[in-house]
Amino acid sequence: MNCADCEVLLHALIDGELDAGHARDVEAHVATCAGCAGKLNALRAMRDALAAADLKYAVPSQLRRRIEAALPLLSSPATSVTHRFWQPSRRAFFGGFAAGATLSAALAVGAMLAVFRNDQEVAIADQVVSAHIRSLQAGHLMDVEASDQHTVKPWFEGKVDVAPPVIDLTAQGFTLLGGRLDYIDAEPVAAVVYRRRKHAINLFVARRLGAEHANMTASSLQGYNIRHWSSGGLDYWAVSDLDPLELNEFVKKISAALRPFGQS
Amino acid sequence: MLDRPQSQALRAFWTSEREAMTVGGNPEQDRARRFRDAALPHLDEVFTLARYLLRNPADAEDAVQECYLRALRHFDSYRGPAMKPWLFAILRNVCKVEFAQRNRPDAAAGGGETETAAETPPLWQEDPASPEAALIRVDENGFIRRLIEALPQPFRETIVLREVNDLSYQQIAEVTGVPVGTVMSRLARARSMLQSAWQAAEGTTP
Repeated sequence: MNCADCEVLLHALIDGELDAGHARDVEAHVATCAGCAGKLNALRAMRDALAAADLKYAVPSQLRRRIEAALPLLSSPATSVTHRFWQPSRRAFFGGFAAGATLSAALAVGAMLAVFRNDQEVAIADQVVSAHIRSLQAGHLMDVEASDQHTVKPWFEGKVDVAPPVIDLTAQGFTLLGGRLDYIDAEPVAAVVYRRRKHAINLFVARRLGAEHANMTASSLQGYNIRHWSSGGLDYWAVSDLDPLELNEFVKKISAALRPFGQS
Repeated sequence: MLDRPQSQALRAFWTSEREAMTVGGNPEQDRARRFRDAALPHLDEVFTLARYLLRNPADAEDAVQECYLRALRHFDSYRGPAMKPWLFAILRNVCKVEFAQRNRPDAAAGGGETETAAETPPLWQEDPASPEAALIRVDENGFIRRLIEALPQPFRETIVLREVNDLSYQQIAEVTGVPVGTVMSRLARARSMLQSAWQAAEGTTP
Protein backbone atom coordinates (compact mmCIF):
# COMPACT_ATOMS: atom_id res chain seq x y z
CA MET A 1 0.00 0.00 0.00
CA ASN A 2 1.29 3.44 -0.85
CA CYS A 3 0.84 6.61 1.19
CA ALA A 4 -1.75 8.12 -1.17
CA ASP A 5 -4.03 5.09 -0.82
CA CYS A 6 -3.41 4.96 2.88
CA GLU A 7 -4.30 8.59 3.48
CA VAL A 8 -7.85 8.13 2.21
CA LEU A 9 -8.30 4.96 4.23
CA LEU A 10 -7.04 6.52 7.47
CA HIS A 11 -10.35 8.37 7.76
CA ALA A 12 -12.35 5.21 7.18
CA LEU A 13 -10.16 3.48 9.77
CA ILE A 14 -10.82 5.98 12.56
CA ASP A 15 -14.52 6.04 11.62
CA GLY A 16 -14.73 2.28 12.01
CA GLU A 17 -15.84 1.89 8.40
CA LEU A 18 -13.11 -0.50 7.25
CA ASP A 19 -13.51 -4.25 7.11
CA ALA A 20 -10.98 -6.31 9.04
CA GLY A 21 -8.80 -7.04 6.00
CA HIS A 22 -8.38 -3.41 4.95
CA ALA A 23 -7.93 -2.30 8.54
CA ARG A 24 -5.03 -4.75 8.85
CA ASP A 25 -3.48 -3.45 5.61
CA VAL A 26 -3.69 0.15 6.78
CA GLU A 27 -2.32 -0.68 10.22
CA ALA A 28 0.55 -2.62 8.63
CA HIS A 29 1.42 0.35 6.44
CA VAL A 30 1.19 2.80 9.35
CA ALA A 31 3.54 0.61 11.38
CA THR A 32 6.25 1.09 8.77
CA CYS A 33 5.57 4.67 7.66
CA ALA A 34 6.29 7.53 10.04
CA GLY A 35 4.46 10.04 7.84
CA CYS A 36 1.20 8.15 7.82
CA ALA A 37 1.55 7.28 11.51
CA GLY A 38 1.82 10.99 12.28
CA LYS A 39 -1.27 11.73 10.21
CA LEU A 40 -3.19 8.97 11.94
CA ASN A 41 -2.23 10.30 15.35
CA ALA A 42 -3.25 13.83 14.42
CA LEU A 43 -6.60 12.58 13.08
CA ARG A 44 -7.20 10.55 16.21
CA ALA A 45 -6.35 13.51 18.43
CA MET A 46 -8.83 15.69 16.59
CA ARG A 47 -11.45 12.97 16.63
CA ASP A 48 -11.04 12.60 20.40
CA ALA A 49 -11.26 16.33 20.96
CA LEU A 50 -14.47 16.50 18.92
CA ALA A 51 -15.91 13.52 20.76
CA ALA A 52 -15.06 15.07 24.13
CA ALA A 53 -16.60 18.43 23.29
CA ASP A 54 -20.31 19.04 23.51
CA LEU A 55 -21.11 20.13 20.00
CA LYS A 56 -24.83 19.52 20.07
CA TYR A 57 -27.43 22.20 20.49
CA ALA A 58 -30.44 21.59 22.71
CA VAL A 59 -33.69 22.51 21.05
CA PRO A 60 -35.20 25.61 22.73
CA SER A 61 -37.92 24.52 25.14
CA GLN A 62 -40.58 26.72 23.57
CA LEU A 63 -39.98 25.07 20.18
CA ARG A 64 -40.17 21.63 21.75
CA ARG A 65 -43.41 22.60 23.49
CA ARG A 66 -44.80 24.03 20.25
CA ILE A 67 -44.12 20.81 18.36
CA GLU A 68 -45.32 18.57 21.19
CA ALA A 69 -48.47 20.60 21.75
CA ALA A 70 -49.24 20.51 18.07
CA LEU A 71 -49.22 16.73 18.02
CA PRO A 72 -52.66 15.20 18.44
CA LEU A 73 -53.55 14.36 22.03
CA LEU A 74 -52.76 10.77 22.69
CA SER A 75 -53.41 9.84 26.26
CA SER A 76 -57.19 9.95 26.59
CA PRO A 77 -58.37 7.06 28.82
CA ALA A 78 -60.63 5.58 26.15
CA THR A 79 -57.66 5.13 23.89
CA SER A 80 -55.43 3.40 26.36
CA VAL A 81 -58.15 0.87 27.14
CA THR A 82 -58.46 0.05 23.45
CA HIS A 83 -54.71 -0.20 23.11
CA ARG A 84 -54.56 -2.71 25.92
CA PHE A 85 -57.12 -4.83 24.21
CA TRP A 86 -55.20 -5.53 21.08
CA GLN A 87 -51.63 -5.28 22.28
CA PRO A 88 -50.32 -8.75 23.02
CA SER A 89 -48.95 -9.03 26.51
CA ARG A 90 -45.37 -9.82 27.21
CA ARG A 91 -46.41 -13.04 28.86
CA ALA A 92 -48.35 -14.05 25.78
CA PHE A 93 -45.38 -13.43 23.60
CA PHE A 94 -42.72 -14.90 25.82
CA GLY A 95 -44.85 -17.84 26.75
CA GLY A 96 -45.82 -19.17 23.39
CA PHE A 97 -48.77 -17.79 21.60
CA ALA A 98 -51.66 -18.25 23.98
CA ALA A 99 -52.93 -14.77 23.34
CA GLY A 100 -52.82 -15.32 19.62
CA ALA A 101 -56.51 -15.99 19.38
CA THR A 102 -57.40 -12.87 21.33
CA LEU A 103 -55.02 -10.92 19.19
CA SER A 104 -56.47 -12.27 15.97
CA ALA A 105 -59.95 -11.42 17.15
CA ALA A 106 -58.85 -7.91 17.94
CA LEU A 107 -57.18 -7.62 14.57
CA ALA A 108 -60.27 -8.87 12.79
CA VAL A 109 -62.25 -6.09 14.44
CA GLY A 110 -59.88 -3.38 13.32
CA ALA A 111 -58.44 -4.32 9.98
CA MET A 112 -56.37 -1.14 9.92
CA LEU A 113 -54.53 -2.20 13.04
CA ALA A 114 -53.45 -5.42 11.42
CA VAL A 115 -51.15 -3.45 9.19
CA PHE A 116 -49.05 -2.51 12.17
CA ARG A 117 -49.51 -5.43 14.48
CA ASN A 118 -49.69 -8.59 12.42
CA ASP A 119 -46.54 -9.97 13.94
CA GLN A 120 -46.08 -10.57 17.63
CA GLU A 121 -42.34 -10.22 17.42
CA VAL A 122 -42.83 -6.76 15.94
CA ALA A 123 -45.40 -5.94 18.60
CA ILE A 124 -43.11 -6.86 21.45
CA ALA A 125 -40.18 -5.18 19.70
CA ASP A 126 -42.29 -2.04 19.57
CA GLN A 127 -42.75 -2.16 23.34
CA VAL A 128 -39.10 -2.83 23.94
CA VAL A 129 -38.14 0.13 21.76
CA SER A 130 -40.68 2.33 23.54
CA ALA A 131 -39.17 1.32 26.88
CA HIS A 132 -35.73 2.16 25.52
CA ILE A 133 -36.92 5.57 24.31
CA ARG A 134 -38.64 6.29 27.62
CA SER A 135 -35.46 5.47 29.49
CA LEU A 136 -33.59 8.07 27.42
CA GLN A 137 -36.27 10.74 27.44
CA ALA A 138 -37.05 10.90 31.11
CA GLY A 139 -33.39 11.20 32.06
CA HIS A 140 -34.06 8.05 34.01
CA LEU A 141 -31.69 5.59 32.48
CA MET A 142 -30.62 3.96 35.72
CA ASP A 143 -32.18 3.17 39.09
CA VAL A 144 -28.89 1.86 40.38
CA GLU A 145 -25.83 3.53 39.01
CA ALA A 146 -22.71 1.42 39.29
CA SER A 147 -20.02 0.07 37.07
CA ASP A 148 -19.54 -2.86 39.42
CA GLN A 149 -21.51 -5.96 38.50
CA HIS A 150 -21.56 -7.07 42.14
CA THR A 151 -23.50 -3.94 43.05
CA VAL A 152 -25.91 -4.07 40.13
CA LYS A 153 -26.86 -7.75 40.28
CA PRO A 154 -28.00 -7.87 43.95
CA TRP A 155 -30.02 -4.70 43.41
CA PHE A 156 -32.49 -6.62 41.24
CA GLU A 157 -33.25 -9.10 44.03
CA GLY A 158 -36.87 -9.00 45.04
CA LYS A 159 -37.73 -6.49 42.31
CA VAL A 160 -38.07 -8.85 39.37
CA ASP A 161 -38.79 -12.56 39.17
CA VAL A 162 -35.44 -13.30 37.52
CA ALA A 163 -31.81 -12.93 38.54
CA PRO A 164 -30.46 -11.26 35.41
CA PRO A 165 -26.83 -11.93 34.61
CA VAL A 166 -24.92 -8.66 34.91
CA ILE A 167 -21.71 -8.81 32.95
CA ASP A 168 -19.04 -6.17 33.06
CA LEU A 169 -17.81 -5.56 29.53
CA THR A 170 -16.00 -2.31 30.28
CA ALA A 171 -12.66 -3.79 29.29
CA GLN A 172 -14.19 -4.81 25.98
CA GLY A 173 -15.51 -1.38 25.10
CA PHE A 174 -19.03 -1.57 26.53
CA THR A 175 -19.21 0.35 29.80
CA LEU A 176 -21.60 -1.01 32.41
CA LEU A 177 -23.62 1.95 33.68
CA GLY A 178 -26.11 0.31 36.00
CA GLY A 179 -29.53 -1.26 36.18
CA ARG A 180 -33.12 -0.25 36.02
CA LEU A 181 -36.49 -1.76 36.75
CA ASP A 182 -38.69 -1.38 33.70
CA TYR A 183 -42.11 -2.49 32.66
CA ILE A 184 -43.07 -4.10 29.42
CA ASP A 185 -46.81 -4.44 29.18
CA ALA A 186 -47.11 -3.92 32.93
CA GLU A 187 -44.76 -6.82 33.68
CA PRO A 188 -41.60 -5.91 35.57
CA VAL A 189 -38.42 -6.69 33.64
CA ALA A 190 -34.76 -6.11 34.43
CA ALA A 191 -32.89 -3.60 32.29
CA VAL A 192 -29.11 -3.65 32.41
CA VAL A 193 -27.67 -0.48 30.93
CA TYR A 194 -24.45 -0.23 28.97
CA ARG A 195 -22.76 2.52 27.04
CA ARG A 196 -20.67 2.45 23.89
CA ARG A 197 -19.23 5.90 23.18
CA LYS A 198 -22.32 8.09 23.46
CA HIS A 199 -24.84 5.34 22.72
CA ALA A 200 -26.91 3.79 25.47
CA ILE A 201 -27.69 0.09 25.22
CA ASN A 202 -30.58 -1.38 27.19
CA LEU A 203 -30.38 -5.11 27.78
CA PHE A 204 -33.83 -6.26 28.88
CA VAL A 205 -33.98 -9.59 30.66
CA ALA A 206 -37.23 -11.42 31.37
CA ARG A 207 -38.31 -14.88 32.37
CA ARG A 208 -38.99 -17.20 29.51
CA LEU A 209 -42.10 -19.36 29.71
CA GLY A 210 -42.10 -21.10 26.34
CA ALA A 211 -39.75 -23.22 24.33
CA GLU A 212 -36.13 -22.28 23.84
CA HIS A 213 -35.53 -19.95 20.92
CA ALA A 214 -31.77 -20.06 20.64
CA ASN A 215 -31.26 -18.28 17.34
CA MET A 216 -30.81 -14.56 17.63
CA THR A 217 -33.32 -12.49 15.70
CA ALA A 218 -32.29 -9.07 14.45
CA SER A 219 -34.69 -6.30 13.66
CA SER A 220 -34.82 -2.58 13.55
CA LEU A 221 -37.62 -0.27 14.45
CA GLN A 222 -37.84 3.50 14.38
CA GLY A 223 -34.14 3.70 13.82
CA TYR A 224 -33.26 1.51 16.78
CA ASN A 225 -31.61 -1.85 16.36
CA ILE A 226 -32.94 -4.80 18.29
CA ARG A 227 -31.42 -8.19 18.97
CA HIS A 228 -33.49 -10.87 20.62
CA TRP A 229 -32.41 -14.28 21.80
CA SER A 230 -32.99 -16.60 24.69
CA SER A 231 -30.71 -18.66 26.81
CA GLY A 232 -30.90 -20.50 30.12
CA GLY A 233 -34.62 -19.90 30.56
CA LEU A 234 -34.29 -16.16 30.07
CA ASP A 235 -35.29 -13.90 27.22
CA TYR A 236 -32.87 -11.18 26.19
CA TRP A 237 -33.54 -8.02 24.23
CA ALA A 238 -30.68 -5.68 23.38
CA VAL A 239 -31.82 -2.28 22.07
CA SER A 240 -29.72 0.65 20.97
CA ASP A 241 -29.25 3.26 18.27
CA LEU A 242 -25.78 1.77 17.96
CA ASP A 243 -24.55 0.59 14.58
CA PRO A 244 -25.90 -2.94 13.83
CA LEU A 245 -22.42 -4.46 13.63
CA GLU A 246 -21.42 -3.06 16.98
CA LEU A 247 -24.64 -4.27 18.54
CA ASN A 248 -23.89 -7.75 17.17
CA GLU A 249 -20.48 -7.52 18.78
CA PHE A 250 -22.17 -6.61 22.07
CA VAL A 251 -24.52 -9.58 21.85
CA LYS A 252 -21.65 -11.90 20.98
CA LYS A 253 -19.71 -10.74 24.04
CA ILE A 254 -22.70 -11.09 26.34
CA SER A 255 -23.46 -14.59 25.02
CA ALA A 256 -19.83 -15.62 25.35
CA ALA A 257 -19.79 -14.43 28.95
CA LEU A 258 -23.02 -16.27 29.75
CA ARG A 259 -21.62 -19.67 28.90
CA PRO A 260 -19.25 -20.03 31.88
CA PHE A 261 -22.26 -19.46 34.14
CA GLY A 262 -23.82 -22.60 32.74
CA GLN A 263 -26.43 -20.58 30.92
CA SER A 264 -25.72 -21.86 27.46
CA MET B 1 -38.12 31.90 7.81
CA LEU B 2 -41.76 30.86 8.11
CA ASP B 3 -43.94 33.89 7.68
CA ARG B 4 -47.20 34.36 9.50
CA PRO B 5 -49.56 32.82 6.92
CA GLN B 6 -47.45 29.70 7.03
CA SER B 7 -47.70 29.52 10.79
CA GLN B 8 -51.44 29.83 10.51
CA ALA B 9 -51.51 27.11 7.91
CA LEU B 10 -49.49 24.99 10.30
CA ARG B 11 -51.96 25.58 13.11
CA ALA B 12 -54.89 24.81 10.80
CA PHE B 13 -53.18 21.61 9.78
CA TRP B 14 -52.68 20.43 13.36
CA THR B 15 -56.27 21.31 14.21
CA SER B 16 -57.69 19.42 11.26
CA GLU B 17 -55.42 16.53 12.16
CA ARG B 18 -56.84 16.53 15.67
CA GLU B 19 -60.41 16.62 14.42
CA ALA B 20 -59.74 13.78 12.04
CA MET B 21 -58.48 11.90 15.04
CA THR B 22 -61.66 12.17 17.08
CA VAL B 23 -63.66 11.00 14.10
CA GLY B 24 -61.23 8.48 12.68
CA GLY B 25 -60.39 6.75 15.94
CA ASN B 26 -57.54 4.40 16.64
CA PRO B 27 -55.48 4.08 13.49
CA GLU B 28 -54.91 7.83 13.47
CA GLN B 29 -54.17 7.85 17.18
CA ASP B 30 -51.79 5.01 16.71
CA ARG B 31 -50.11 6.76 13.83
CA ALA B 32 -49.65 9.89 15.91
CA ARG B 33 -48.33 7.91 18.83
CA ARG B 34 -45.86 6.11 16.64
CA PHE B 35 -44.77 9.38 15.08
CA ARG B 36 -44.24 10.94 18.48
CA ASP B 37 -42.23 7.97 19.79
CA ALA B 38 -40.18 7.74 16.63
CA ALA B 39 -39.52 11.37 15.76
CA LEU B 40 -39.46 13.39 18.97
CA PRO B 41 -36.39 11.70 20.50
CA HIS B 42 -34.38 13.10 17.57
CA LEU B 43 -35.51 16.69 18.08
CA ASP B 44 -32.20 17.86 19.55
CA GLU B 45 -30.22 16.17 16.78
CA VAL B 46 -32.38 17.69 14.06
CA PHE B 47 -32.09 21.11 15.66
CA THR B 48 -28.32 20.69 15.94
CA LEU B 49 -28.01 19.91 12.25
CA ALA B 50 -30.24 22.88 11.42
CA ARG B 51 -28.02 25.17 13.50
CA TYR B 52 -24.90 24.08 11.66
CA LEU B 53 -26.54 24.21 8.24
CA LEU B 54 -28.16 27.62 8.70
CA ARG B 55 -25.86 29.20 11.31
CA ASN B 56 -28.76 31.18 12.70
CA PRO B 57 -30.89 30.14 15.70
CA ALA B 58 -34.17 31.68 14.49
CA ASP B 59 -33.91 30.20 11.00
CA ALA B 60 -32.99 26.85 12.54
CA GLU B 61 -36.12 26.88 14.73
CA ASP B 62 -38.37 27.61 11.77
CA ALA B 63 -36.71 24.93 9.67
CA VAL B 64 -37.09 22.31 12.42
CA GLN B 65 -40.76 23.13 12.88
CA GLU B 66 -41.37 22.86 9.14
CA CYS B 67 -39.34 19.64 9.06
CA TYR B 68 -41.54 17.99 11.71
CA LEU B 69 -44.68 19.18 9.99
CA ARG B 70 -43.58 17.57 6.74
CA ALA B 71 -42.37 14.45 8.53
CA LEU B 72 -45.78 13.89 10.13
CA ARG B 73 -47.49 14.50 6.80
CA HIS B 74 -45.29 11.91 5.09
CA PHE B 75 -45.01 9.51 8.00
CA ASP B 76 -47.15 6.94 6.19
CA SER B 77 -44.55 6.69 3.46
CA TYR B 78 -41.76 6.16 5.99
CA ARG B 79 -40.51 2.59 5.72
CA GLY B 80 -37.43 2.77 7.87
CA PRO B 81 -35.00 1.55 8.79
CA ALA B 82 -33.52 4.64 10.42
CA MET B 83 -35.66 7.57 11.52
CA LYS B 84 -32.82 10.02 12.14
CA PRO B 85 -31.42 10.08 8.58
CA TRP B 86 -34.96 10.29 7.24
CA LEU B 87 -35.63 13.42 9.33
CA PHE B 88 -32.26 14.86 8.29
CA ALA B 89 -33.10 14.40 4.62
CA ILE B 90 -36.39 16.25 5.14
CA LEU B 91 -34.67 19.01 7.07
CA ARG B 92 -32.13 19.38 4.30
CA ASN B 93 -34.90 19.81 1.73
CA VAL B 94 -36.62 22.40 3.92
CA CYS B 95 -33.41 24.41 4.12
CA LYS B 96 -32.77 24.10 0.42
CA VAL B 97 -36.23 25.21 -0.71
CA GLU B 98 -36.50 28.08 1.75
CA PHE B 99 -33.16 29.49 0.85
CA ALA B 100 -33.51 29.00 -2.86
CA GLN B 101 -36.62 31.19 -2.59
CA ARG B 102 -34.68 33.83 -0.76
CA ASN B 103 -31.93 33.64 -3.33
CA ARG B 104 -29.31 33.17 -0.69
CA PRO B 105 -27.36 30.28 -2.10
CA ASP B 106 -24.78 30.31 0.65
CA ALA B 107 -27.17 29.19 3.33
CA ALA B 108 -28.90 26.59 1.21
CA ALA B 109 -27.93 23.01 1.80
CA GLY B 110 -26.56 22.75 -1.72
CA GLY B 111 -24.82 26.11 -1.60
CA GLY B 112 -21.49 26.65 -3.24
CA GLU B 113 -18.23 26.50 -1.42
CA THR B 114 -16.68 29.63 -2.84
CA GLU B 115 -19.47 32.05 -1.97
CA THR B 116 -19.58 30.83 1.59
CA ALA B 117 -15.88 31.07 2.00
CA ALA B 118 -15.94 34.62 0.64
CA GLU B 119 -18.80 35.74 2.89
CA THR B 120 -17.55 34.27 6.11
CA PRO B 121 -14.11 35.40 7.08
CA PRO B 122 -12.27 32.34 8.38
CA LEU B 123 -11.90 32.37 12.11
CA TRP B 124 -8.18 31.93 12.03
CA GLN B 125 -7.74 35.25 10.25
CA GLU B 126 -9.30 37.21 13.07
CA ASP B 127 -7.12 39.49 15.08
CA PRO B 128 -5.80 37.21 17.81
CA ALA B 129 -5.67 40.12 20.25
CA SER B 130 -9.36 40.93 19.82
CA PRO B 131 -11.53 40.46 22.91
CA GLU B 132 -13.68 38.13 20.86
CA ALA B 133 -10.81 35.75 20.26
CA ALA B 134 -10.03 35.74 23.96
CA LEU B 135 -13.64 34.98 24.74
CA ILE B 136 -13.69 32.10 22.28
CA ARG B 137 -10.85 30.38 24.07
CA VAL B 138 -12.69 30.55 27.38
CA ASP B 139 -15.36 28.23 26.06
CA GLU B 140 -13.81 25.22 24.34
CA ASN B 141 -17.14 23.95 23.03
CA GLY B 142 -17.95 27.32 21.54
CA PHE B 143 -14.48 27.47 20.05
CA ILE B 144 -14.89 24.18 18.23
CA ARG B 145 -18.43 25.00 17.15
CA ARG B 146 -17.20 28.20 15.54
CA LEU B 147 -14.38 26.39 13.79
CA ILE B 148 -16.92 23.98 12.30
CA GLU B 149 -19.32 26.76 11.38
CA ALA B 150 -16.55 28.51 9.48
CA LEU B 151 -16.16 25.53 7.12
CA PRO B 152 -17.68 25.88 3.64
CA GLN B 153 -21.07 24.22 3.21
CA PRO B 154 -20.67 20.69 1.76
CA PHE B 155 -17.71 20.03 4.06
CA ARG B 156 -19.42 21.49 7.12
CA GLU B 157 -22.50 19.39 6.52
CA THR B 158 -20.50 16.19 6.04
CA ILE B 159 -18.34 16.58 9.13
CA VAL B 160 -21.35 17.53 11.29
CA LEU B 161 -23.30 14.49 10.10
CA ARG B 162 -20.30 12.29 10.90
CA GLU B 163 -18.85 13.78 14.10
CA VAL B 164 -21.84 15.41 15.75
CA ASN B 165 -24.82 13.43 14.49
CA ASP B 166 -22.87 10.16 14.36
CA LEU B 167 -24.09 8.86 11.00
CA SER B 168 -22.29 6.15 9.03
CA TYR B 169 -20.80 6.89 5.60
CA GLN B 170 -23.70 5.08 3.97
CA GLN B 171 -26.27 7.12 5.90
CA ILE B 172 -24.50 10.39 5.07
CA ALA B 173 -24.50 9.37 1.41
CA GLU B 174 -28.26 8.76 1.59
CA VAL B 175 -29.03 12.01 3.39
CA THR B 176 -26.92 14.17 1.10
CA GLY B 177 -27.66 12.24 -2.09
CA VAL B 178 -24.06 11.68 -3.14
CA PRO B 179 -21.98 8.50 -3.53
CA VAL B 180 -20.06 7.15 -0.53
CA GLY B 181 -16.80 8.02 -2.31
CA THR B 182 -17.82 11.68 -2.34
CA VAL B 183 -18.69 11.49 1.35
CA MET B 184 -15.20 10.14 2.05
CA SER B 185 -13.40 12.81 0.06
CA ARG B 186 -15.53 15.60 1.58
CA LEU B 187 -14.85 14.27 5.05
CA ALA B 188 -11.11 14.08 4.41
CA ARG B 189 -11.16 17.62 3.07
CA ALA B 190 -13.29 18.86 5.98
CA ARG B 191 -10.93 17.35 8.53
CA SER B 192 -7.86 18.78 6.89
CA MET B 193 -9.46 22.26 6.77
CA LEU B 194 -10.57 21.94 10.37
CA GLN B 195 -7.12 20.78 11.38
CA SER B 196 -5.34 23.74 9.83
CA ALA B 197 -7.91 26.19 11.20
CA TRP B 198 -7.51 24.62 14.62
CA GLN B 199 -3.73 24.74 14.54
CA ALA B 200 -3.78 28.34 13.33
CA ALA B 201 -6.19 29.33 16.11
CA GLU B 202 -4.16 27.46 18.73
CA GLY B 203 -1.04 29.18 17.43
CA THR B 204 -2.51 32.62 17.94
CA THR B 205 -3.24 32.07 21.61
CA PRO B 206 -0.61 33.51 23.88
